[in-house]
Amino acid sequence: MDTLLIEGTPKTPTVRFDASKGLVELKGRSIPENSIEFYKPLVDWLESYAKEAKPQTQVNIQLEYFNTSSSKCILDVFKKLEVIHKANPSVTINWYYDQDDEDMLEAGQDYESIIRVPFKMMEVTG
Amino acid sequence: MSLDINQLYVSVCGSDTFFTFRGEITSERINAILEDIEAKLANISSEVRMQKKVYNILVECLQNLYHHADTVPVDLIEQLGNNYGMVVLKKLDKGFSLKVGNFVVNDKVKFLSEKIEKLNSLSAEALKEMYKFILTYQKLSPKGGGGLGLIDIARKSNHHLKYYFYPYDDTYSFYELDIIIV
Repeated sequence: MDTLLIEGTPKTPTVRFDASKGLVELKGRSIPENSIEFYKPLVDWLESYAKEAKPQTQVNIQLEYFNTSSSKCILDVFKKLEVIHKANPSVTINWYYDQDDEDMLEAGQDYESIIRVPFKMMEVTG
Repeated sequence: MSLDINQLYVSVCGSDTFFTFRGEITSERINAILEDIEAKLANISSEVRMQKKVYNILVECLQNLYHHADTVPVDLIEQLGNNYGMVVLKKLDKGFSLKVGNFVVNDKVKFLSEKIEKLNSLSAEALKEMYKFILTYQKLSPKGGGGLGLIDIARKSNHHLKYYFYPYDDTYSFYELDIIIV
């Protein structure tokens, strides 16, 4: 299955979904006016990946900013990962947040309480 | 006498503004405003936490204007453009004040007032639960709005929201949302 690579822009994150490594990464900013269009290929990719998921999938979410429109799409991404996790291959979501950014930590904790996938809160210092 | 939109802008701006904008809110304009504000915020010695809060809340406000501002009254379109918005950011001794404004049809005044009053009545914990409930159960609109913008603003600002509706004519009012970010 093809790796999904999307370069980041000032409004959209860098995407690296690599099935061969069991790696799902979002980094940067997610503040597009309409996030549905951006996230659709990501959700579609995960749907296909679910059929051939690696025994372990590592998810790295390192967002500097995201808007509320993206927050729903990110939840859709996590819901796909939850389906994979339920079917036995293990999924871990590493949620990175800046040490000064309590709002980003809280956002990760919000998702953690909604989605039944293990989360690790990863503080980034300096 | 009906509302003078130019006079309102001048009075909202007052003195000592950090950033001001009035005009058509387009996707390109949002990019330019965000870029400008980010650079200005980085230049002042405010803590990173505050810079991020201001940027985040501004993103929501601008995108609310982009998605939800109603059209401008016909007699003002030539002067103001179609999707008019006002943004006034000021630095306070502690935190920032952000005022945003746009035209709304009068039918929305009651709904918006009640929504903001409701948010103001909730504790931080209750706002968090409301946010999570809507995040989980409400679908995105075709425009990409999620019904979460105002709740997110209320959560991140840590302060009650103030709002004003200035009647323009039988159809329109000008809606001003005042946010203190602390």
